[in-house]
Amino acid sequence: MTEKNPRTLLYLDGVSVSFDGFKALNSLSFVVEPGELRAIIGPNGAGKTTMMDIITGKTRPDEGEVFFKGDIDLTKRDEAEIAQLGIGRKFQKPTVFENHTVWDNLELALNRGRGVFATLFYRLTGEDKRRIEEILATVRLTARRDDLAAGLSHGQKQWLEIGMLLAQEPELLLVDEPVAGMTDAETAETAILLKDIAKTRSVVVVEHDMGFIRDLGVKVTCLAEGSVLAEGSIDFVSNDPKVIENYLGR
Amino acid sequence: MITSFLVKSLDRTIAVAVAILLLLAVIVPALNLLTAPDHPLHVPTYMVSLFGKYLTYALLALALDLVWGFCGILSLGHAAFFALGGYAMGMYLMRQIGARGSYGNPLLPDFMVFLNWKELPWFWYGFDMFWFAALMVILVPGLVAFVFGWFAFRSRVNGVYLSIITQAMTYALLLAFFRNDMGFGGNNGLTDFKDILGFNIQADGTRAALFAASALALAGSLVVTSGIVGSKFGKVLVALRDAESRTRFLGYRVEHMKLFAFTVSAMMAGIAGALYVPQVGIINPGEFAPANSIEVVIWTAVGGRGTLIGPIVGAILVNGGKSIFTAAFPEFWLFALGGLFVLVTLFLPKGVVGTAQHHLARRRQARAAARKEDEQTDLEDAKPMAAE
Ligand SMILES: Nc1ncnc2c1ncn2[C@@H]1O[C@H](COP(=O)(O)OP(=O)(O)OP(=O)(O)O)[C@@H](O)[C@H]1O
Ligand SMILES: [Mg+2]
Repeated sequence: MTEKNPRTLLYLDGVSVSFDGFKALNSLSFVVEPGELRAIIGPNGAGKTTMMDIITGKTRPDEGEVFFKGDIDLTKRDEAEIAQLGIGRKFQKPTVFENHTVWDNLELALNRGRGVFATLFYRLTGEDKRRIEEILATVRLTARRDDLAAGLSHGQKQWLEIGMLLAQEPELLLVDEPVAGMTDAETAETAILLKDIAKTRSVVVVEHDMGFIRDLGVKVTCLAEGSVLAEGSIDFVSNDPKVIENYLGR
Repeated sequence: MITSFLVKSLDRTIAVAVAILLLLAVIVPALNLLTAPDHPLHVPTYMVSLFGKYLTYALLALALDLVWGFCGILSLGHAAFFALGGYAMGMYLMRQIGARGSYGNPLLPDFMVFLNWKELPWFWYGFDMFWFAALMVILVPGLVAFVFGWFAFRSRVNGVYLSIITQAMTYALLLAFFRNDMGFGGNNGLTDFKDILGFNIQADGTRAALFAASALALAGSLVVTSGIVGSKFGKVLVALRDAESRTRFLGYRVEHMKLFAFTVSAMMAGIAGALYVPQVGIINPGEFAPANSIEVVIWTAVGGRGTLIGPIVGAILVNGGKSIFTAAFPEFWLFALGGLFVLVTLFLPKGVVGTAQHHLARRRQARAAARKEDEQTDLEDAKPMAAE
């Protein structure tokens, strides 16, 4: 049992979920503090993406508790509500809106009224314009702002998706394999970007790239078979015999 | 707020289309009413009504495009909303007949007298007033769509399953309206109309006015839909069409967005039906036939889904073709229509208008690129000149 602290941003306790009898998460407990950057590693099928599905309301847990900011029960809310509460998510497979321009992708992600009438009568204010330009510069897509997202390279799509997350202004960012398919240079830049983002909010990053995890230099959680195997600094975790046997040694 | 919404909607092609429709609304009635029958430019009344009918079909296709082209909801039941609007108008027209029916009953339409009914059913109250009927033309299809969409979108029914239940909906309505005890004239539907707003429904002037009203309704709906599509809401629609779950994770209530678009679309279809009925002089349960809804999909596909102008062009082209074709070889029309759909799907997946727009955009791009190159060579040419 993890002790529940009112300051805790995200709190999962004893979360289990099974798909057709297969236990994807097995009594998982996990805590993220405000302003924390946390890395998650683990073999394929460990349940890393499933954990994000649970937090963002895509999948309901069979048992266990999921609380945000102390007392908001996430298991009772749907995807849209959870996003509006301030949890943003980047998917494992980059999903941007291909038929929209880079600019429109960011405009859609912007943390503004999301109702039917709010969007119907939305006008781009100077403030929103500046915010989008700022994000474009951060994710280095200023030159591509008027191009359709479909035309971006794989790495640029990953970055656009990170930009969309920034536009959402979430308090908690869940980032699933952000550097998959990126070049080494892009990977290094992404590490810098994520560290920068984590200055103002909490970020949870799932990644297989150990070099990238080392670059981040933060607390690491290793998942395997749906529960936490080890937690601590990268050196501590990567020297854990269970982690070597289950993940690194493979 | 509203004005900026409308101004944004008027992009160039839409503005041209709206201008053409407004022009037609004036010219066609003028050529019908003000020229002598032997004048070379005279438009005979039957043509006015025929084209008026095409315009109502075009409005129906435009309504479908809003949900199919922009939200990815392939409704195979849109003719139901068209028919509901048509019935609401039909009920008004029935009550205008008054005591002039074959049975001379001042209150009850003929079919009710024939069924030995003594009283007007409650849901026929109010339909003697035009404003009430006009309101119902919009409200009834809107309400049916709202209730249907509420359940369907909340349960996240998507794709083929959604299409199938829209077919089921129109089929259920077909069966219901066939029943005599429903009180809508059963099999025969509503017909033998006499007046609309006090004007003889057969008169040339009335026909011309109905044509103009159809053109105006289409123009107005085009402005509204293009305003919707051009707004941030429209961008959300395209986003959820292409990546629904991603849109949810951005915090958008996808089901509310779809519900709004579906309801607005059904209301537009209802208006189309209401303008259709006085021009063809009858509404019967056949309008709910599942095949009718599928035809609307074909018009939209032929013209180009997701283009707004495409469905209008498609509806007019296919129905014009139908009028010519069925006169020459009536038994082959359905084969021709099916064949057309297959050909368009295979060779013109963007439809006529979509393909044309695509080529125009490519040409413009090529020309812009060529101009850039020219400027560059000009600069290079200029350099040695300066050196000399
Ligand atoms: N919706 C689902 N239906 C059935 N099985 C599922 C579903 N989602 C996940 N699973 C299963 O749960 C297990 C955990 O999957 P998950 O995607 O969470 O792993 P992961 O740790 O993200 O792996 P990877 O590193 O490959 O991304 C897998 O065996 C997967 O097949
Ligand atoms: Mg995964």
